[in-house]
Amino acid sequence: MPSTQATPRRREAHLLDDERLLEALRQGDEDAFMALVDRYGALMLRVASMYVRTPSVAEEVVQETWLAVLEGIGRFEGRSTLKTWMFRILSNRAKTRGEREARCLPFSSCAAAGDEDDDGPAVDADRFLSADHPQWPGHWAAAPRDWSTVPEVRLVSRETLGLIRDAIGRLPDRQQEVILLRDVEGWSSEEVCEALAVSEVNQRVLLHRARSKVRAALEHYLDDAAIGAVA
Amino acid sequence: MSADDLACQELVELVTSYLEGRLPRGERRRFERHLGECEPCVHYVEQMRETIRLVGRSATGDPERVPGIDRLLDAFRDWNREQPA
Repeated sequence: MPSTQATPRRREAHLLDDERLLEALRQGDEDAFMALVDRYGALMLRVASMYVRTPSVAEEVVQETWLAVLEGIGRFEGRSTLKTWMFRILSNRAKTRGEREARCLPFSSCAAAGDEDDDGPAVDADRFLSADHPQWPGHWAAAPRDWSTVPEVRLVSRETLGLIRDAIGRLPDRQQEVILLRDVEGWSSEEVCEALAVSEVNQRVLLHRARSKVRAALEHYLDDAAIGAVA
Repeated sequence: MSADDLACQELVELVTSYLEGRLPRGERRRFERHLGECEPCVHYVEQMRETIRLVGRSATGDPERVPGIDRLLDAFRDWNREQPA
């Protein structure tokens, strides 16, 4: 039975950056491997779960990814960073498994796996005056509120943050991955482009759609609460 | 409103490019000129910034478990044994 206890050496490995861990891993350092697994394993599972609905299959995808990382590490040339290279392997596998799963499941009415190209506008068209309005074509008919009047405790309440997580969970899988890596994990757009093998423009479109939908969900929720408070 | 003016409905589609610093200079000027005259759009851009901030705080912070860690360790040891010394 292998030990998964944190030894002093392993704790030390946790302090190293990815590049040093990569070096150590190439020397066959087990602690370096476990430090990488600790650093990225949970995030990998979250990403895999965005593409694949069956939890055990998502776990399998993560396992396979680590094996592929070990197999490929000798050929890894460092043209991308270690993390974006690993997540590219992961996304590819998860996407393939997700597509296969969607074909096999009899009830594949999976809204989250919907076509990303037939997305609607950032804001519903009926919030704006029509394009042939004589004075203000395309201007707000129902203007957005000033959120600076919403108390901070409300914005960061457990309920609000839970609503945001739910809204992210309803996005198409690629949009979920982009908003998770960019806005939750704080990756740069270059890193996300590498990890998803998409162009900068494509990445920005995915991010725009994701953020716009989460904003709309928040607005809906905060406006409802405001009406409730007035009534 | 002149032909060069941006409609609010157009602005909401440019906001991510604006925040990412990816609007060409002329477009950015149109965008900012519009903001200078349109309070609802100022609120909209602020809502997007708030959304980004709150998404950043939405991670549960629960310690997440890495599945099958023992199996991974076994796989690593197998791999390591097969490596040329």
